[in-house]
Amino acid sequence: MSQKVLLNSKEVNITLHRLACQLIENHDDFSNTVLIGIQPRGKFLADRLAQLLSQEYNIKNIQLGHLDITFFRDDFRRGEKPLEANTTEINFIVENKDVVFIDDVLYTGRSIRSALTAIQSFGRPNNIELLTLIDRRFSRHLPIQPNYRGRQVDAIDLQKVKVNWVENEGEDTVYLIDK
Amino acid sequence: MSELSVNHLLGIKYLNKKDIDLIFETADQFKEVINRPIKKVPSLRDITIANLFFENSTRTKLSFELAEKRLSADVINFSASQSSVKKGETLIDTVNNILSMKVDMVVMRHPNPGAGVFLSKHINASIINAGDGAHEHPTQALLDSYSIREKLGSVKGKNVVIIGDVLHSRVALSNIYALQLQGANVMVCGPKTLLPKYIKDLGVKVETNLQKALAWCDVANMLRVQNERMDISYFPTTREYTQQFGINKELLDNLNKDIVIMHPGPINRGVEITSDVADSKQAIILDQVENGVAIRMAVIYLLASKIKQ
Repeated sequence: MSQKVLLNSKEVNITLHRLACQLIENHDDFSNTVLIGIQPRGKFLADRLAQLLSQEYNIKNIQLGHLDITFFRDDFRRGEKPLEANTTEINFIVENKDVVFIDDVLYTGRSIRSALTAIQSFGRPNNIELLTLIDRRFSRHLPIQPNYRGRQVDAIDLQKVKVNWVENEGEDTVYLIDK
Repeated sequence: MSELSVNHLLGIKYLNKKDIDLIFETADQFKEVINRPIKKVPSLRDITIANLFFENSTRTKLSFELAEKRLSADVINFSASQSSVKKGETLIDTVNNILSMKVDMVVMRHPNPGAGVFLSKHINASIINAGDGAHEHPTQALLDSYSIREKLGSVKGKNVVIIGDVLHSRVALSNIYALQLQGANVMVCGPKTLLPKYIKDLGVKVETNLQKALAWCDVANMLRVQNERMDISYFPTTREYTQQFGINKELLDNLNKDIVIMHPGPINRGVEITSDVADSKQAIILDQVENGVAIRMAVIYLLASKIKQ
């Protein structure tokens, strides 16, 4: 199994700052915006961006939630592994809000499809955007594209993109792994 | 990734500690789901479940049906009183006829102990036991333990007393298994005539004095006196039973601690429990009912994930 570094710690940091600035361009003071991290891995990126926006760019009262999509996935009983649920923490209604879905890697688009259904349980948003750190080009199964992307990569199906975070794995690094 | 060690939920006896932990963790997520503005998830949209109730039930039947519908399963209901069982059809024939209509899962309540186990050997569908005679009622025991965990933080090391008609109770046996698996200390308390002869062999304490039992416990699970299952007289009068084994405010006030009061329902107000206790803050009877839906969603979801396509 060989692996290659796609983004190192410094590059991850620069990319996060750029994504934060792009969000500010479109969402101004975030008064009508909610950030939703897609569980399990999008949570870390969402938490980090919310922290960056409030501490470095002085944006107050950011509404942040975590959405679990397990029960909305389209591969229940189809995969080898059972689907394990994570926590949903959304303590607000998204009715008429500008929602930004945040996930670490966009691959087939099926997780985002599930998230689009799952979020309906919390109301009808004004619109939904997608932010992703890594966009795996040419691998989509569904017509879903990100509004904000950190880095676009060409990876074949046999490869895996792994995003590590300081909070979880002890380093901010993105790897491309040959399985 | 974890999954249940069993393909059916026939009794707590067949589960291990990991299974119970997995069911509770999954139920935590479903409890969040059923408190959303929209309380439904699409997971089981290609699963059909038959609820076969050969014995009367209100709470359990509604709870199962609601859990199934919240998971988007298709549901068919059957109650023995309105069916061909009256015409002499056997259990296997009845169920096989229903399964021919392409049903994936069966939830069954039956007056005979072991009916679920018997069925699991003869048919090809996932079975959930919703109570079989005086044997087991696994989902009730799971929701009882889940409610204790929610109220007291954990089940391990807690003293739980099951009070009343243990002899006729399927809730009691399932609870004893479930509580012991999780490391709780279990006591049964009731008139000698309503305690099974060899109950001590299960490793539970036996007490016939209610005051002593209450002084020992953190949680008291009150059982209903099951008059419909009593073919002979087990105690002189209901009034005497209430005096000896009924819980009232005065008894609780005399304890120097707040114990948790549970009841699987239906309550006989004024018999095993007075109204002021049943409606007090110490009673978590209605929390048990809410948790019942989450627990049943978790059990159905986890078993359905093991059904091959």
